[in-house]
Amino acid sequence: MIDHDVLTRVLGAAVKGGAEFAEIFAEDKRSTSAGLDDGRIEQVTSGRDRGAGIRVVKGDTTGFAHTADLSEAGLLAAAQSAAAAASQGGGGVRTIALTRVEPTKVNTIECYPDDVPKAAKVELLRRVDEAARSAGAAIVQVSAGYGDSRRRILVANTDGVLAEDEQVRGLIRLSVVANGDAGMQTGFQSAGQTVGFEMFDTVDVEALARDAARQAITKLSARPAPSGALPVVIKRGSGGVLFHEACGHGLEADLVGKGASVYRGKTGELVASPLVTLVDDGTMSTEWGAIGIDDEGHPSQYNVLIQDGVLTDYMWDYLRARKEGHRQSGNGRRQSYMHLPMVRMTNTYVLNGTDEPDDIVRATDHGVYIAQLGGGSVNTATGDFVFGMTEAYLIEGGEITEPLREGNLVGNGPQVLCDIDMLGNDFGMGNPGTCGKDGQGVPVGDGQPTLRVKTMTIGGTAA
Amino acid sequence: MSDGAEALQAIADAVIAQAKPGEHVEAYVSRDSETDIRVYEGQIEHFVSAQSEGIGIRIVKDGRTGFAYAGTLDQQAIADVLAEARDNVEFGTPDEWAGVAEPDGVDVIRQALWSETLAGYSTDRKIELTKELERLTLAADSRIRIDDANYSDVAGESAVATTTGIRRSGRENGCYVSVSTLADDGDETQTGFGFSVGRSPDDFDLAKAAKEAAERATRLLGAVKPPSRRLTVVLDPFVAAQFLGIISSTLNGEAVIKGRSLFRDRLGEQVASPLFRLVDDPTNPLAYTATELDGEGLAARRNVLIDGGVLQQFVHNSYSARRAGTVSTGNAVRGGFKGTPGVGALALQVQPGTRSQAELISDITDGVLVQSVSGMHSGVNPISGDFSTGASGLLISNGQLGGPVREFTIASTLQRMLLDVLEVGGDIDWLPMRAAGVSLVIADMTMSGA
Repeated sequence: MIDHDVLTRVLGAAVKGGAEFAEIFAEDKRSTSAGLDDGRIEQVTSGRDRGAGIRVVKGDTTGFAHTADLSEAGLLAAAQSAAAAASQGGGGVRTIALTRVEPTKVNTIECYPDDVPKAAKVELLRRVDEAARSAGAAIVQVSAGYGDSRRRILVANTDGVLAEDEQVRGLIRLSVVANGDAGMQTGFQSAGQTVGFEMFDTVDVEALARDAARQAITKLSARPAPSGALPVVIKRGSGGVLFHEACGHGLEADLVGKGASVYRGKTGELVASPLVTLVDDGTMSTEWGAIGIDDEGHPSQYNVLIQDGVLTDYMWDYLRARKEGHRQSGNGRRQSYMHLPMVRMTNTYVLNGTDEPDDIVRATDHGVYIAQLGGGSVNTATGDFVFGMTEAYLIEGGEITEPLREGNLVGNGPQVLCDIDMLGNDFGMGNPGTCGKDGQGVPVGDGQPTLRVKTMTIGGTAA
Repeated sequence: MSDGAEALQAIADAVIAQAKPGEHVEAYVSRDSETDIRVYEGQIEHFVSAQSEGIGIRIVKDGRTGFAYAGTLDQQAIADVLAEARDNVEFGTPDEWAGVAEPDGVDVIRQALWSETLAGYSTDRKIELTKELERLTLAADSRIRIDDANYSDVAGESAVATTTGIRRSGRENGCYVSVSTLADDGDETQTGFGFSVGRSPDDFDLAKAAKEAAERATRLLGAVKPPSRRLTVVLDPFVAAQFLGIISSTLNGEAVIKGRSLFRDRLGEQVASPLFRLVDDPTNPLAYTATELDGEGLAARRNVLIDGGVLQQFVHNSYSARRAGTVSTGNAVRGGFKGTPGVGALALQVQPGTRSQAELISDITDGVLVQSVSGMHSGVNPISGDFSTGASGLLISNGQLGGPVREFTIASTLQRMLLDVLEVGGDIDWLPMRAAGVSLVIADMTMSGA
């Protein structure tokens, strides 16, 4: 993307005033998306985002500037802005020797999305629309989206790191509306992978559509969710967001370092039920959060965060690792070249336990069974978090019974982790997610086996 | 017109001049610059200086729409975008209502949305006032730590041109400061935030932002999980503003024509309490999102959506209006050059009442003041109307604020909540979002806790 000599000259210029560290992050991303709504392909969109962000660190201050101009002049101008922003004194000339860092191999792309005719992409949406609408007369609206992207990134820094990666992703999602006597209800499904268009050889888009339709139709007869504390069983592959919120964010070293996490100073301590082993894994082949390198040029890794309930480590980016003399963990990510990197999750999941999923339901006399979770959020300083349940049922006498209307659940992360009292042997990954932090979104995955939390607060309206 | 806007207009004009017979073309060109300063413990943690520009081109031919964008105004890139948009046209489904906007004869209401004071404000002074905000917040209470103190400003210029004869440009700038706090008491930590917005930093009230940030965190210390029950809820202005954003999505003309609005058949009916008046008014320069133009280049205008609790109208862009057999209300919203215009409210405001929040509280026997909510994106379904959100705040007992509570939810439906509005406060607060805040008293909601 950028000539080796240009990189070294721009980095040299960035630290000429005495900064300790400078980094060039260049990105060239091509994307295609298509939207179907109300039975029509509304439009196909093509996008091109190309530019570089330059970061200069002096002491505890980071200066950052970005440019869409990848010429040497454009990069030098951005480097000067970033260096001025880091407001340095001193001076000196440094020679930077760049050494190539190999990315983790997370996939093999067989079919680049740019080589696939747009008509084939649009056709997926038509199939989704037809399958959802033929699932029942109650289905009154379908909207579906297709997206793919090919993102080439290059990172070079004054520590000598030079790394490049190509991240190819594909996504399909749909939401349906069903209309019944008691108003409208919605259903949602999606599939996304870090791989080429060949993902659609194995992803059954009609099955996704039928499932979203089934969900909406089922909810037409749903009754209000209970209000108050109950045991909660979460189906495999639908509750990873619980860990993402209950502890994932709290294990991000930047928040820990500022004392804004309930998990600060807890390394080596029991922070969860001994059943729980939690991993953040950027190397997980083709999963939505998989990356070859992070956006600071560090190869992705398999990081164990909690082992048998004991907190083993946090997730790290360059700045926080440097500050605390720790090693990076491949978690320095950013939305685009216009953004500063920070500590972010990749694919975060809980490893299998030993319980049979059916036994977990049978062992629950009165509770809630969650088949699909929506998004969530957390206050890392208090550990209080919420997440939405978009498909849930009552459990009565050890059986899954009536569907429930939507609502949020609230809990406190450290408490909920300790309250996990049954863990299944049926691990599965969940839907592709976009994790938001400080205004930036990055693709993340999550997963878990079926599990039970002894008690959580269900935010419904029924007594 | 500013020189910058004129240059952008020329780029847009040049694109639509290349329309082929039978094509309708819209070019949207924008250029933004941003400053973000974050201060932590008296030092600059980061300083971001960012410029971005780009173009989005929409082509409609025979009822089919194609779109493409690029984050650069490089000549070759613009030519590529035009070619891509043209290529994308053939994959759209013909739609008799598809099209770009047409001039509607409504004049632009000129507003002072550009501050030379902000444009000329020195970097050093921006840094200094961010540090000052951190100092003031720390000084407000000894139990307070700072998570971060931030200054942000943005300046944007944009131009739109269409083959139907729209040719408009505008520019605006604005800024805000915010501070996130942590309050400690033994092992317990609570969080708060405060902010202040303005056309220029001269409008900031740093002392108020600092005081609120400290108060929001410290008053939650000792918070417990409350027992579940039904009670009266007072939504703090910041929380009410978040609900208004969701309520407005049910009044979105596109949701109406596609059958997704729960109010789609309710025009002219009582959908809210008689004292509820909801206006979308981007022509009010006090609103952070005030603007002269909507996303399609039509004049932004004042629209009364609900009056006396009766649903008056939906908001439309040119597409949803054409399909609904009406005219655009100037509510095309556009997330920059990367997308086509959607429909949405621009600057919402509930007609304020007269009493302060303390006076509202003095009438309540058993209630809760909700000072923050979480999970609005996951626990609110604007199609079914069901909602439940995580919350924290203070109990209200016999007209007085009582102990702090957290880790509970409040739940109802949007339909019921609107009808259950008991009173609107007089405490309107202009926030860095698409709705202004004001205290709302809601008669009967479910609190789920222990």
